[in-house]
Formats: sequence, C-alpha cells, structure tokens
Amino acid sequence: MSGHARLSELRRPLIDGNKTLRRVTDDVCAPIERGPNTSWYYGMAAALTALGTGAFLVADQIWTGIGTWGLNKTVGWSWDITNFVFWVGIGHAGTLISAILFLFRQRWRTSVNRSAEAMTIFAVMCAGTFPLIHMGRPWLAYWVFPYPNSMGPLWVNFRSPLLWDVFAISTYFTVSATFWYIGLLPDLAVVAERASGLRRKLFKLLSLGWDGSMRAWLHYEQLYLLLAGLATPLVVSVHTIVSFDFATSLVPGWHTTIFPPYFVCGAIFSGFAMVLTLMVVARQVMSFEDYITARHLDAMCKITLATSMIVGLAYGTELFSAWYGFNPYERFAFLNRMLGPYRGFYWVMIFCNVLVPQLLWFKRVRTTPAWILPISILINVGMWLERFTIITISLHRDYLPSSWIMYWPTYHEVGTFIGSLGLFFTCFLLFCRFLPMIAISEVKGVLSYARAPEGGAHDA
Amino acid sequence: MTPELVAGVFATEEEITAAADAARRGGLPIHDAYVPYPVHGLDRAMGLTPSALGKICFRFGMTGLTFALGFEYWCSLFDWPMNVGGKSFSASPALLPIAFELTVLFASLGTVATFFYIRGLKPGKTPAFARLGGLDDRFVLVLRAERGAAAGALEKFLRERGASKIETEAGT
Repeated sequence: MSGHARLSELRRPLIDGNKTLRRVTDDVCAPIERGPNTSWYYGMAAALTALGTGAFLVADQIWTGIGTWGLNKTVGWSWDITNFVFWVGIGHAGTLISAILFLFRQRWRTSVNRSAEAMTIFAVMCAGTFPLIHMGRPWLAYWVFPYPNSMGPLWVNFRSPLLWDVFAISTYFTVSATFWYIGLLPDLAVVAERASGLRRKLFKLLSLGWDGSMRAWLHYEQLYLLLAGLATPLVVSVHTIVSFDFATSLVPGWHTTIFPPYFVCGAIFSGFAMVLTLMVVARQVMSFEDYITARHLDAMCKITLATSMIVGLAYGTELFSAWYGFNPYERFAFLNRMLGPYRGFYWVMIFCNVLVPQLLWFKRVRTTPAWILPISILINVGMWLERFTIITISLHRDYLPSSWIMYWPTYHEVGTFIGSLGLFFTCFLLFCRFLPMIAISEVKGVLSYARAPEGGAHDA
Repeated sequence: MTPELVAGVFATEEEITAAADAARRGGLPIHDAYVPYPVHGLDRAMGLTPSALGKICFRFGMTGLTFALGFEYWCSLFDWPMNVGGKSFSASPALLPIAFELTVLFASLGTVATFFYIRGLKPGKTPAFARLGGLDDRFVLVLRAERGAAAGALEKFLRERGASKIETEAGT
C-alpha cells in the first residue's frame, strides 16, 4: 500500500467520518470504558434467563436420561443433531471473513472480522454441547479421544466419520480461538495502556507485553497470513466432514455426493445471515456506523445472496438427481420431503432460503438495516429448517412402512435449543462489554485507504 | 556498557518511513520502531529481513501429518486391528481427514508458539516505549547510540526529520 495506490477515483474510503488514529482508539474503546447501558442489561437478563432454562433442562435430561427426548426407534437423530449442524454452520462465517476474505485482500473485512470471529467461537461452543448431551453419558465424553487406556488399549475407529467430526470440530475450535487471540493481541495492549486498576492488570497479562515493535509486526503479519492460509482449508473441511456424517450412510436423502459443497455453502449462508443480524443491531447500539458502514452491509448482503443461490441450486440438483437416478427409495424420500406430513417445513425452508434472499438484488434493501434484519433472521430460520428437513424427514419414513412414525420434540429438546441461544448471546454480550469489538490496529491500517494524505475522502 | 537508546516520536507513517530510510542509509544503528499498525514499507526502510515463520510452519505441519498418519496406521494395523464390517484395516482415504486436521492443528499452534518464543512475548513482559504512544497514534523510531553515533547526534538527526519529541533511555 504505497501512497499512490490508495488514491484511485474508483475507490471509496473504508471508514467514514474522517477519523484520526487517536479517534479510532477512543471510539472502539468507548463501549468498554464507559460501561454497559440499559439495553445491554436487558439483553443480558434475557440471555441469562434462556441459558439458565437450558442448563436446568440439560441437567434434568442428564439425570433422567435421554428418554426425555422425542426420539424413537425410527428417528434416532433429530432435534439435537439439527441444532448441532445449525450452530456449526453459523460458526463458519467468522473464519470465512477473517481468513478467506483476508487472502482475497477484501480490506473491508477489518471492521467486522473481530466480532464475526467471536461469533464463530461461541457458535462452535454451542454446537459442541449437542453431541455431548446426545451421548447420554456425557461424563464419558473423553472416550472419543484416542488416549492410552487400560482396555487394551482399545483405540477409537479412525475410519468413522463421527470420529473425523470430533477431530474437525475440536481442531476448528482451537485454531479459530488461536486466530482470534492473535488478532486481539495488539488491541489488548492498546486497551491495557489506557486502562487502570484491575482491567489494566488483566489486559497487561493477556497482551503478553505487546509493544507494537516493527520487528514483531513483521513476524505478526507473516503469522496472520499463515493462520489465514491454514484456516481456509480448515473451514471448508469442517462442514465437509459434518456432511460426511450423513453422506457416508446409506439413508436415502443423506447418501449423496453433493453434500460436502452443499453443506459448506449452506454454512457460509447461515453464518453470514447471523453476522448480519448481529452487526445491524450492534452498529446501532454501540454507534459504530462509521466503522460498519452501509457499504460493509452491502458487501455482506452480496455474499449472502450468492450463497443463497448456490444453496437453491443444490436443492434443485438434489431433486433432479432423485428423479434422474431412478432409485425408487431416493425418489420416495424427496417426494416425502415435498409432499409428506412435514411438507410445511420444506416449503417454509424454500421460502426463507431461496425466495426471501432475492430481495437482496436491490441495493436499497442491501443497505437498509430495517430490511436486512428481518431477512437475515428469516434466513437463519430457513437454515435451521433445512437441517431438520434433511435429518428428520429422511429418517421418519424408512424402508419399512410398518416402522414409519412422526417425530415431535419434547419441551426438554426445545428448552435445550433455547439454552444454546442463551449461551450464544451471553457470550456475545460479554464480548461486546469487555473486549474491543473492532480490530483497532487493522482499522488503523486501512484508515488512509482511498484518502488523500491530509485527510478527507478522495471523492468527497 | 549497554548502548543508549534514543527514541524519536513522529506523527505520520510517511515521516517515520523516511527517517528510518535515512538512518539506514546513513549507517545509524536502528534499534526498532514502535507503530500502531504494521506500516508497509517501514520494514524495508529499516532493512529488516523477511520473517522465516513460513518455513517453521511447514515443518510443524509435516510433523503433525507424520504423527497423525503414523499413529493411525499403528493403531489400526498393528496395535489393535478392528474389524468394522470387513473393511480394510489400512483404508488410507479414511485416515486422511484426521491426518489433515492434525496437520493444521500442529502447524497453527506450533507457529504461534514459535512467534511467542522468538519475540519473547509472555505474561508479565513490560511493553517497551509504550508511554510514547506507539500503540495509539504515534510512530516511534528508536536508534541505538553505538559505533561512534553519539546520542546527541542521533537526537539532532531525529529532530531534523520531524520528530516532535525525543526521549533517551539506557539500553537493555
């Protein structure tokens, strides 16, 4: 980024409001330093209530056993695995924004990457709880890891997709958290320098003595690039492996080769919808409109629209393959999806994931928070329904008509999902309160983008 | 005797880059620069060599891959071969997902640990020159008074290039 490259007539500044470097520090640190406002307390109270409800119901179902769920002999996976896939999917946008957009030099990502990455980590935490509870005996969860044991040692089955999932999700969580922390490191030092008392001590400890040394920055940028390069195939591998849980089975509706790309695109789609939901609210509540500008929302909406169409194409391809493949079981599975007793789920999914996002063709919609918020929420509803459609509807009418059955969740299952929403929002609200929500050093790096050296937008 | 460090505070990235460039050309020993964000071009002006973390990352990745494949084969072929539906014990493609995940895990954590190690970053370390605002909005160039470059001359050099504030500190 030499001085000349920035001054193109075609480029527009990434950050509004002619900010100075000092102003960026002040603005981003303000929500941490001035303390929470009333709406934060209301949000936190709601989130904690949801979390508490979920925690109570989870404790009860662990105590009683998972017979408290609505699962039966035919439908062995349903609500819980739907939630697992739903949350893992949401956990994909953060790494996409921080790693893939970084490799593509999409510099607008600097305003949203921090909170998107935080969201990723919290979503993966929510996802992880579901298989854990589903085990029925969660205190034996460590059995999934190949540790030396006194039973032989008896090792885990490395050829099982479920074990791949264990490794994929735990690696993804570890690497995302590391990537996030590395990104936070310089900003923690900035906050520590301005703070006093306990916060200063704590942030000093966490910032590991970061001093902004150019020698360190040189390694830091290389490290960041490497982590981005590693996280990019990782993020693709994670939902691919999640889709293998289904695709390697012999269940009609699951056993298709389209699953890996279909799941990865769906994950990015739902993840971006969640980022949009959170950002539209957060920029308003925390007055970050100059940082998360209408152009940022516009760019994210475009990615959402693109992934929506890929997901729509995948729905069409599935139907085409079922018809063209001439396999009666496959055909039945898809007819049952569209016209069977759960047809409402399927058509609402099509409405939310394929039809509603078409509104994003209009620039006015893409830049108006009042439009984006309902659209992004509907997309998340749709993506939840997609997982329910794939998982439950493929199972409930299997090869043997005498075992056909309906599945409905019990209050334990619904409560657990509400609890996971509570966990997600509790973590996110704590993050907004205690950590810099916008990557200070990265925003400073792009501040002069498309501006003349003396300040002021080039095209203004 | 440890050399004295002379720090000059600049207001813009252009000024510090020009000053660092002039210092390097003039043969003045540059200790370091403290800047709020990575200033591109400053590394070349200071004459820094590119980071070697890439090679280290590759080695950690290969370690992870070797470890994962070795362990998976050892478990499933030698230590306790498990018959799952009559499938091959050494079904190599099925061993790849975990091998890939562990490659990424080793490479990431190993490179991060190496970065912390080579920069000496650890809890309790005191940030150098933080009081001069290098974390916030100032650009601090620190020269070392040694090899015949007196502290006074360095001060004059930095002032001439637009440093608004000069501080001297005993080197460590």
